[in-house]
Amino acid sequence: MFKTYSFPKFPYVPSPEQKSGEVRRHRLVIIGAGPIGLAAALDAAAHGLPCVVLDDNDTVSVGSRAVCYAKRTLEVFDRLHVGARMVEKGVSWQHGKVFFKDRRSYEFDLLPEDGNKMPAMINLQQYYLEEYMVDALKDHPDVDLRWKHKVTAIAQHSDHAVLTVETPDGAFTMEADWVIACDGANSSIRAMVGAQFTGQFFQDRFLIADVIMKAAYPTERWFWFDPPFHPNQSVLLHRQPDDVWRIDFQLGWDADADEEKKPEKIIPRVRAMLGDDRPFELEWASVYQFACRRIDNFRYGRVLFAGDAAHQVSPFGARGANTGVQDTDNLIWKLKLVLDGDAPPALIASYHEERAFAADDNLLNSSRATDFITPKSAASRMFRDAVLQLAEDQDASFARALVNSGRLSTPTPYLASSLNTPDADMFAGAMKPGTNCADAPVTVDGRADWFLNQIGGRFTLLSFGPAPVESVSFGRVTAKVLQVGRDIVDATNLLAARYDAAPGTIYLIRPDQYVAARWRAFNETKIVQALARALSA
Amino acid sequence: MDLKLTLNIADPDDFYRELIDSQRHMDSAQAAMMNCKLVLILANHVGDRAVIREALKRAGGAA
Repeated sequence: MFKTYSFPKFPYVPSPEQKSGEVRRHRLVIIGAGPIGLAAALDAAAHGLPCVVLDDNDTVSVGSRAVCYAKRTLEVFDRLHVGARMVEKGVSWQHGKVFFKDRRSYEFDLLPEDGNKMPAMINLQQYYLEEYMVDALKDHPDVDLRWKHKVTAIAQHSDHAVLTVETPDGAFTMEADWVIACDGANSSIRAMVGAQFTGQFFQDRFLIADVIMKAAYPTERWFWFDPPFHPNQSVLLHRQPDDVWRIDFQLGWDADADEEKKPEKIIPRVRAMLGDDRPFELEWASVYQFACRRIDNFRYGRVLFAGDAAHQVSPFGARGANTGVQDTDNLIWKLKLVLDGDAPPALIASYHEERAFAADDNLLNSSRATDFITPKSAASRMFRDAVLQLAEDQDASFARALVNSGRLSTPTPYLASSLNTPDADMFAGAMKPGTNCADAPVTVDGRADWFLNQIGGRFTLLSFGPAPVESVSFGRVTAKVLQVGRDIVDATNLLAARYDAAPGTIYLIRPDQYVAARWRAFNETKIVQALARALSA
Repeated sequence: MDLKLTLNIADPDDFYRELIDSQRHMDSAQAAMMNCKLVLILANHVGDRAVIREALKRAGGAA
């Protein structure tokens, strides 16, 4: 039993289709009700795409697991109407300290940019996030959330997949136009379709402990390399809501997982770290090993993979849940357009193109951090320690830049995506085609609001100043004009600055809030071409 | 800029003595640590990734 959280138990409800024995065809079946499967369901609901979610369990994540949620992830969740609740409950932080042996090596500040609705980073136990998402999905007419439903087999056909599902009432069969497998790093669906999941395995074992204590530590990320209380290994301390502190201990490659999970082993470790006799209680602990690997293709026939089922990263840098949410953010609008016949099936191929590229970027970052934290040879360990020693010198900022205790997750821009229309006009700044849109404060109907809340879920033409039309269409897909100065007011001028806009500047923005194309002047032919390109048409 | 392999240091014999002397009181581990720091400091000073890459190769590092 947890002292700070009581786990909801979601009822198993026998489905009418299992009772009747009639095989039903569903448009979308999502396998796994973890954060990624639930995000996919929320996104499908937001797009009016009916879906069935199957989960073999009947509660939320046990233990804090994915703890850090970065700004872009929170922006996606805000589009799905759970972001505000997460930020309200979560612990927002931006400062951190890095220690080496018994000394403070340096401090950092994430320096979040002003004028964004969402904070740079929050910490929140995974079970809260899942609970909030299940709440948001409850009673949604388009979402059929089914607990105690375990997929045991998949057969692929040219235009659908057939799933064998086991429930407490036995097995039954269901059909799906498309399946999204969000069943985690040990995905059984991945094995069923015969996908390859390869990469680098790391031998080191880590202990995660959630500890309840009233501590006067500041709300910061603290990382120790080789501290006196845990020699030769690393330790990470993070604050979560409810006075729960998350502590990660590196245990080395030869640790005995079962032994290390025992409270009598964990409590002395935590006691040594705290260095005094303040009271604390152990809430949850787990021992894990990890790998950095990715699926060879995010799509197998009618089955699409998202989250840890598609890519597994090291925990340093909060890239697991954060990138998983960006998978479904990328996928659902494409699926909706293809299912409705508004975009060709080729649009689905861009899911692998864009998200495998992002996964590779994350894997690279994640492997680099892991190699720094757990050096694989005496020589690399010496270089690592040399960096940490140099970083203590106030004037050696270059060394602090080399210290890698996990680079915090930022979205990977799809700069080379086939959906982008490359710039023909001159632009400065970060908003290149393939980049997620920056937020900015705006005024709507005289009220203070945020730019990102005005876009998303559909194509938008952001027009700085008047545009000659109200919308541009390709086939049945329409991009509506959002006019700065009329629909939204950029009182602080931050929107124009972030988008390097001048009067007449036009941005074509995708339903997932990514820039597809931009121009210095309105040209309908070019916009239609760019819209077609963004649809793989 | 290419990696310089012609003599670029004034009074090379004195430089060499200075280098060796700087580690005179160190055991092997201490000297190795100092060498690591020296590599990092000098690499940052050079900055040019192409030059550093060429130097890594010249020193016998894997490509």
